[in-house]
Amino acid sequence: MLLIRCPWCGERAETEFSYGGEAGIKRPAAPDRLSDPEWADYLFMRRNPRGAHRELWNHAQGCRRWFSAERDTVSYRIARTWRLDEEDSG
Amino acid sequence: MSAQPNRLPEGGRIDRTRPLSFRFNRKTYEGFAGDTLASALLANDVHLVGRSFKLHRPRGIVGLGPEEPNAIVQIGRGATTTPNLRATQVALEEALEAHPVRGWPGLRYDLGYVADFASRLFGAGFYYKTFMSPQRSWPVYEKLIRRAAGFGSSPTEPDTDRYEHVNVHCDVLVAGAGPAGLMAALAAAKSGARVIVADELPEVGGTLRGSREALAGKSADDWLEDVVSELDAHSDVTLLTRACVSGYFDHNFLTIVEDVSGHVRQRQWRARARQVVLAQGAFERPLVFCNNDRPGVMMASAVSTYINRYAVRAGSRAVVFTNNDSGYRTALDLRRAGADVEAVVDSRLHAEPVEGEALTEDGVPLLRGHVVCDVAGVNRVRAVRVAKWNGDISTPVDATINIDCDLVAMSGGFSPAVHLFSQSGGRIEWDLARHCFVPGDRVQACRVAGAANGMWSLAECLGDGLAAGRAAAEACGFEAPELDAPAVDAEHAIALEPLWRVPATTDPDRCPKQFIDFQNDVSVADVRLAVREVYRNVEHVKRYTALGFGTDQGKLGNINGMAVLAECLDEPIARVGTTTFRPPYTPVSFGVAAGEGVGDLYDPVRKTAIHEWHEEAGAEFENVGQWHRPWYFPRDGENLHAAVARECVATRRSLGIMDASTLGKIDVRGPDAVTFLERIYTHDVGKMQAGRCAYGIMLGEDGMLKDDGVMARLSEQRFYLTTTTGGAAAVLAWLESWLQTEWPELDVYLTSLTDQYSTIAVAGPNSRRLLEKVGCDIDLSHDAFPFMSTREAELANVPVSLFRVSFSGELAFEVNIDSGHALAMWRLLMDAGGEFDITPYGTETMHVLRAEKGYVIVGQDTDGSVTPVDLGMKWMLSKEKDYLGRRSLARPDSTREDRKQFVGLLSVDGSTVVPEGAQLVDDSSAQNPVPMCGHVTSSYRSACLGHPIALGLVAAGRARKGETVYACAGDVEPVPVTITSPVFYDPKGDRQRDG
Amino acid sequence: MKYSAWSLFKNALRHNRNWPEAWRKAEPKKHYDVVIVGGGGHGLATAYYLASEQGVRNVAVVEKGWIGGGNTGRNTTIVRSNYLWTEAALLYEKSMQLWESLSRELNYNVMFSQRGVYNLGHTLQDMRDIERRVNANRLNGIDAEVVMADEIAKGIPFINTSPDARYPILGASLQRRAGVARHDAVAWGFARAANALGVDIIEQCEVTGLDVDGGRITGLQSTRGAIGADRVGVVVAGNASVVAQMADLRLPIESHPLQAFVSEPLKPVLDTVVMSNAVHGYISQSDKGELVIGAGIDAYNGYGQRGSYPTIEHAMQAILELFPIFSRVRMLRLWGGIVDVCPDACPIISRTPVDGLYFNCGWGTGGFKATPGSGWVFAHTIAHDQPHALNAAFDLERFETGALIDEHGAAAVAH
Repeated sequence: MLLIRCPWCGERAETEFSYGGEAGIKRPAAPDRLSDPEWADYLFMRRNPRGAHRELWNHAQGCRRWFSAERDTVSYRIARTWRLDEEDSG
Repeated sequence: MSAQPNRLPEGGRIDRTRPLSFRFNRKTYEGFAGDTLASALLANDVHLVGRSFKLHRPRGIVGLGPEEPNAIVQIGRGATTTPNLRATQVALEEALEAHPVRGWPGLRYDLGYVADFASRLFGAGFYYKTFMSPQRSWPVYEKLIRRAAGFGSSPTEPDTDRYEHVNVHCDVLVAGAGPAGLMAALAAAKSGARVIVADELPEVGGTLRGSREALAGKSADDWLEDVVSELDAHSDVTLLTRACVSGYFDHNFLTIVEDVSGHVRQRQWRARARQVVLAQGAFERPLVFCNNDRPGVMMASAVSTYINRYAVRAGSRAVVFTNNDSGYRTALDLRRAGADVEAVVDSRLHAEPVEGEALTEDGVPLLRGHVVCDVAGVNRVRAVRVAKWNGDISTPVDATINIDCDLVAMSGGFSPAVHLFSQSGGRIEWDLARHCFVPGDRVQACRVAGAANGMWSLAECLGDGLAAGRAAAEACGFEAPELDAPAVDAEHAIALEPLWRVPATTDPDRCPKQFIDFQNDVSVADVRLAVREVYRNVEHVKRYTALGFGTDQGKLGNINGMAVLAECLDEPIARVGTTTFRPPYTPVSFGVAAGEGVGDLYDPVRKTAIHEWHEEAGAEFENVGQWHRPWYFPRDGENLHAAVARECVATRRSLGIMDASTLGKIDVRGPDAVTFLERIYTHDVGKMQAGRCAYGIMLGEDGMLKDDGVMARLSEQRFYLTTTTGGAAAVLAWLESWLQTEWPELDVYLTSLTDQYSTIAVAGPNSRRLLEKVGCDIDLSHDAFPFMSTREAELANVPVSLFRVSFSGELAFEVNIDSGHALAMWRLLMDAGGEFDITPYGTETMHVLRAEKGYVIVGQDTDGSVTPVDLGMKWMLSKEKDYLGRRSLARPDSTREDRKQFVGLLSVDGSTVVPEGAQLVDDSSAQNPVPMCGHVTSSYRSACLGHPIALGLVAAGRARKGETVYACAGDVEPVPVTITSPVFYDPKGDRQRDG
Repeated sequence: MKYSAWSLFKNALRHNRNWPEAWRKAEPKKHYDVVIVGGGGHGLATAYYLASEQGVRNVAVVEKGWIGGGNTGRNTTIVRSNYLWTEAALLYEKSMQLWESLSRELNYNVMFSQRGVYNLGHTLQDMRDIERRVNANRLNGIDAEVVMADEIAKGIPFINTSPDARYPILGASLQRRAGVARHDAVAWGFARAANALGVDIIEQCEVTGLDVDGGRITGLQSTRGAIGADRVGVVVAGNASVVAQMADLRLPIESHPLQAFVSEPLKPVLDTVVMSNAVHGYISQSDKGELVIGAGIDAYNGYGQRGSYPTIEHAMQAILELFPIFSRVRMLRLWGGIVDVCPDACPIISRTPVDGLYFNCGWGTGGFKATPGSGWVFAHTIAHDQPHALNAAFDLERFETGALIDEHGAAAVAH
């Protein structure tokens, strides 16, 4: 069971969190102007890397805040977590 | 025959004042408190305790603890019978009842033993090569195989015991309380760290317990007592016995399973440790010679421990077979216990252990450069055949010496227990000097100490444990005080010379079986066969031969198997590699892994504030999400259909009342509330005036309907949303995720009100009159309070929010009220409604009433593949803005003309109720696979309309009104149905709007 | 050498010293007509059907570890074809039909055991979904029936059909032809049969790059050197995104941990396969006597072949809800695999924008059952450079057009 540092609450067990998948997928400003493949890219295509992964977590059983994490998808080590309004320092 | 013939007159950690009577294999025996079942059986000279899995060979106790492959028993009867326990780990209790798990008709005479005589037919993987023809034969063979397989039997009654979970945090968790673990715990405790130290045995001390070692000038047992009291003096130390650290998971999360007695059977500690010290010791390795599985062939260290800890001498005429010095110490233990040691057979040519002298003086023959190559005896060792050996594994030997004996103590060296380290993700490396796998690079915050780290001498273990405990405490930021390991009397060497397989008198494919994995009957020949057949990767060998797949998880046999494999491949063991150890370290009961979360506590039940009344009224309930919702309210033995018909008619005619409290309720407020909701809902939220309600739908970004519900604008910057019962939590989380991750610039606040407010729906022509009767402080007339609007009001002097909305098609009001007042309000309305024949109704009637109106239930009429256009809700899609999912509606597949569309369905005969879930076809006589044009999502008898109605999704259905399709379900004749509008009742909506 | 009772007997007389290699360990050649990346069941089946059905025999299977070492050797071995949507149902039914004669076809006993699969329903909506799926199955020619709680109690001794359970069992769908098979044997059987037809099986050969020239695949780079190929089929389950990136492709896939565990071997106590959506878990008993239990998928992306322990605890609770009698039975071993999950819980068996490069992935939690069928249609797709009718709907383009085949309803439980 992972130990995740919520940027607001500190370290908590994984069971308090829900997962939000890949971070940094920005909703297109004008979806109507996108081609079908471009829209599909936003909607479905994912990096799904083996290794460092920037992802979103939500402290669902705690402060209910979303935040970002960089986690290795093989070792599951979490390099860092940061608030969405913080600069992505990495 | 005297009681306990193998019990020594003195010594051991047993309580001789507490004799215990127990039964094994239908015979009664006696042992002492402090015995394990295994030590008590050995005390009674019972060696034959089991039969092997494949060949049904007689088997005896080999080991001491979790590594035991043979002594598998079923304990107890009835609801608390427990299968597959190892006799070596079962604490003896008065009246304990143990049964062997294999052997038919009995343990001593097992018909299955014939398999052994044809064992060449049953080589590795034989089952992959036969039972294929004819095709039908496999189920027959399989049945036989299944009957022959398995060990113990599952209980057939629910467990009457309880289990619990405890969550703990600590600075240093120490797994194993042998000499290394205790020193680590002591060092960490003295630094001020919070320490948990857990050991699977009833007493701490590991191999020290009952031994003849002296530490710091004290006996081992005295020293251990001192350590325990010292640890007890630290309030931040938790010392657990009968508690096995069984799992090591990510981020230093470990599970400890503790056996307790009393109202709880077992407790699972879920521990998060900042630092971990692994000190689980080592396992002795068997030696691999012909018939090395005969009862009476035991691990040398086990023989010693049975003598020292349990005062049990497993035999009276022993042969020790070893490739290292430790076997000599077992020979000394045996001599001290009064056994004859017929010989110490040492495969090494030039070994000069210090203990050799004493043995020689004692007259024990030392046969250096010799090996035991075969065993005589079937149910018990009778003799061994010994050969001179020059160290060349490739040539057969001549077994010229025959030695009678009733016990063989073997030692092939030791393998560190690296299981937890491997579970933690740490790499395991082959140590060329120590001839074993040792912990290599770690990936988690852990250290390995003592024998688990490849340290064989007591002094090394103590020092290693001390250093690990100090380092762990310091890594947590504590200052570890100086501390010395206790001085140790004697230093014991090992001087191992590996012997992975003993040469036989013929080649290894022809000689009697040389077992590697006792439980699964994997022999040297099996590994050689696997390699011959190209199963050469260690994982392939394991899977093809079943090596290491027994309940002992290969603790004894794996290493020898890998070495034999390496020999076959002519590669060093390091190249062959080890396999990953998987949790748990030893088997863990389902009950303790599940903990308290079973039965009533499996999942919380949510009940509305009015639930108590529903129960009093005799409602039938259904599970909706976690909620228990009234399904219908039967009167006088009514069935579902009769009750629902009555409830429907009463509502449409006069007045119905329903508890709608389970609907999700979300308060949305803030300066940007409109902007936010415009992006969420498909309709023009900004055009809504304060006090107005709207039916709103939300789409996923894929364009599919996600949830729906009435939403109201309470003021300029404040909205009140309702969601489906099942979708409440998910919708709130989803809204929050958009707000926080995508649109953080929006100043909007979301609050769930689902539990704070209860919702009472009153529906029917008399609903207004009812509210007026109980006293409402606002004008409820149509003009003052029109359809699809909301008002704050006082009802019977209680503040409420009233919504004039309708899910039934009748004049209706939803009363939203503080949950603390909901039950009283419900009772008040019920009392006042008597004159209108007020009728409570449940979810089923709600479904019928809405279906008569053609309203959709998300999740019943939709399934995640339905767009609003499919549902005929194009009118709800704003053309003036973007909203979630809008773009997806323009994809080629979303705009197909022949998509399945929401329609009504009426059986052609006007009386048949079409089965829900029926598939619709155009041609009822078509051959499989029959093309399907849709399916029935909802179907009811309608008492109000006088005929059944159904809803469904039909390809291009809106353009096909009036056409007939066939509803196919089960074995009954397809039902012809006519496609219609989904609105069956009051299509113009006059009743709900103008009522 | 043909495997049979007779060959077992003959070899036993010779102390089993004359058994031939089940397949030959091959060194990579310079060039193949087709290289299959991934030596799991699907890849080996693809190679076998390329050789046996499509007549393409200059084929290599390259595997980074040992064959069958990924999800093939890590799943709970359930085989069924009772999928909701016609596209999925016909594909899995093709697979089912291949399973039914697979042992004989391969001359390798894959121990396909048709002991039936129950999918339990615990709510009224579960039962509506079950009715819908069963009716669809029957019209698609797939055996399926709805059974009610009393029949379940008769068919599955010891299951908890009490109406007082937290989520009482209301009924189930039952596919009697469904069952389980021996997972390792599937990989080994296909490897042996493919090798007999000339396919090279190359283990310890990790692909490190795909060679694309002018929009066309020309071969690949591996830890054992460059291998030329006219066509390359990639079937690497959890690692599909990693290989796709070598050709600058993105896939609509996320890789997640999926865990399973077995109990110690017990005398026969459960004679069928039981799956439950609402009470999330699935269970069967192996021929060896172990209860084989699947847990849910872990929410986070992960290539670690391990998941989180609470997921196991939940599965345990679910199993004890269904079978309270197993409380004292002990878990022997737990493990994890990497499942590649598509948004619609259906696979991708497709050409790609790169000519001659094909992907077969996205099987999520349900790939094992599809092994022979997946190989069969993928072989056809590669050999003809166009999909078979059975996998035409499972192309990559569906994510652009929106023509998803949403099996979530039917596959919400991992299996």
